[in-house]
Amino acid sequence: MAFTAVLKSEWTKIRTVASTSWTLACALLVTVGISALLCSFVSSRFKDMSAAEKLTFDPTMTSFAGMSLGQLAMIVFGVLVVGTEYSSGMIRTSLAAVPRRASFLFGKLTVATALALVVGLATSFLSFFLGQALLGDHGIGIGEDNVLRAVAGAGVYMALIALFSMGVTAVLRSSILALGILMPFFFLISTILGAFEATRKVAQYFPDQAGSKIMETVTDTTNQVHAPYGPWGGLGIMLLWVLAAVLGGYLVLKKRDA
Amino acid sequence: MIELEGLTKRFGAKTAVDNLSFQVRPGVVTGFLGPNGAGKSTTMRMMLDLDNPTNGTVRIDGKHYRDLTEPLKHIGALLDAKAMHGGRSAYNNLLCLAESNRIPRSRVAEVLDLVGLTPVAKKKSKGFSLGMGQRLGIASALLGDPEILMFDEPVNGLDPEGILWIRNLMKGLAAEGRTIFVSSHLMSEMALTADHLVVIGQGRLLADLSMSDFIQQNSRSYVRLRTPQQERLKDVLHEAGIDAVSVPATGALEIDGVPAERLGELAAQHQIVLHELSPQRASLEEAFMRMTADSVEYHAHAPGTTAPAGAATAAPAWGAGYEATREGGE
Repeated sequence: MAFTAVLKSEWTKIRTVASTSWTLACALLVTVGISALLCSFVSSRFKDMSAAEKLTFDPTMTSFAGMSLGQLAMIVFGVLVVGTEYSSGMIRTSLAAVPRRASFLFGKLTVATALALVVGLATSFLSFFLGQALLGDHGIGIGEDNVLRAVAGAGVYMALIALFSMGVTAVLRSSILALGILMPFFFLISTILGAFEATRKVAQYFPDQAGSKIMETVTDTTNQVHAPYGPWGGLGIMLLWVLAAVLGGYLVLKKRDA
Repeated sequence: MIELEGLTKRFGAKTAVDNLSFQVRPGVVTGFLGPNGAGKSTTMRMMLDLDNPTNGTVRIDGKHYRDLTEPLKHIGALLDAKAMHGGRSAYNNLLCLAESNRIPRSRVAEVLDLVGLTPVAKKKSKGFSLGMGQRLGIASALLGDPEILMFDEPVNGLDPEGILWIRNLMKGLAAEGRTIFVSSHLMSEMALTADHLVVIGQGRLLADLSMSDFIQQNSRSYVRLRTPQQERLKDVLHEAGIDAVSVPATGALEIDGVPAERLGELAAQHQIVLHELSPQRASLEEAFMRMTADSVEYHAHAPGTTAPAGAATAAPAWGAGYEATREGGE
């Protein structure tokens, strides 16, 4: 079984369904749009901010403000890429054509993650440059310390969120179940638990909260609490979550009847 | 060639497939027959390595399915007509399957043409009727031009034209020397298409024999006689050394192994009035129902006319022959 043939086939699968383009377009437009809104809002109110706020203002992070919503579309993309195989019954046809479970799953995840990465990077750079243009004098250049890492990191973050969702869906073998767990988790639970001192100690190790550290260029801003890891440590924690989800998905696919 | 050896599948305490061993030979249509819930689909899924057997093995041309490189070129299967992504066009659904097995793109158009779906090739498959879905599934099975083809209940829900088309397609494919394995719960359908029969019930092998042997062993022919002078006729037959069985339910006599002509002449000689003299042939469907009667999982208990019970009332007439067949079959 040539792996390149599987990649080619998975690319055809992904480009021939409508959900791919609308979820990815949503992820890009929502992130860039909301980030731009927030940047222009901050820009107009900058003089009203406290001295401490001004001192720790992170223009890079601010231009990714829309990502917490935009990532939800990335989650839908990841869930549907894997989940429609199960909901349509296509999984049996697919596995009859590519019986090696590892080839099938990793072929699919490779293609989908690569596409999510391209869209993620386009989103993060667009969001950054538009945001900085709107911030005007309060903005920052791509050449400043850590900025390129944060912008590229934001793109990688989006791809990892998608890959995490694919892994979780492969474990659950159902789009509806996966969306029912992932959406409230990222939209509500993670945010709520991260807002309180008592629960933050746990919540800071959640994939989104740890991973989004890569987008910060100023640490210990006023509305952020010091985390016991840096940007790369945070991304590492997120990677562990992703690996666990993908490995779980592979084991379920290998052990269970299709 | 497909070889099954001691294939067993248990779901918890329930045994769906029980120590199944048989071979599917090339060049003929092998019918895989059993009542609903007998384990046909589970067996077929294990043959494609979709379900893991609890025990036993399946070999396709001597290899385990998972070890086939580009399996669609060895074996094509129609398991479930709906096993396609509805949001994708018929052409694209087949294209992604073709690409995974390095089958040239031109073949996709070829098989679509073969099954008559060219006019709707660009249409999303979720709008397809059951018959069109079935044709798309068959196109996907034919994609790799495989030597072995497997169809799970292919005529289910098809109109007469579609049924005829599938029948001829399977015969044509077998004539090309391919291995055809087709499941059904309809004996009458199998009688028209299959050359060889594998019968299962509750996951166990009940029979593995050629269609002609099955017909010979199971289709009893007899003559039915009705007369207002039954006692006299019985005496006459007895004198002639002919055994007649009276069937109280119909008030008729049934006679095995004697041509209708001879019985008619005999009655005329003795000036006995006949109301009926008709050669009968027990249907294969009936024979199949008897064979699987003990292993049908879901009996219908409709008041008055339950199929297995109805069959049992006729049992005294030819129960003995049936028992012999069962022993031979098992």
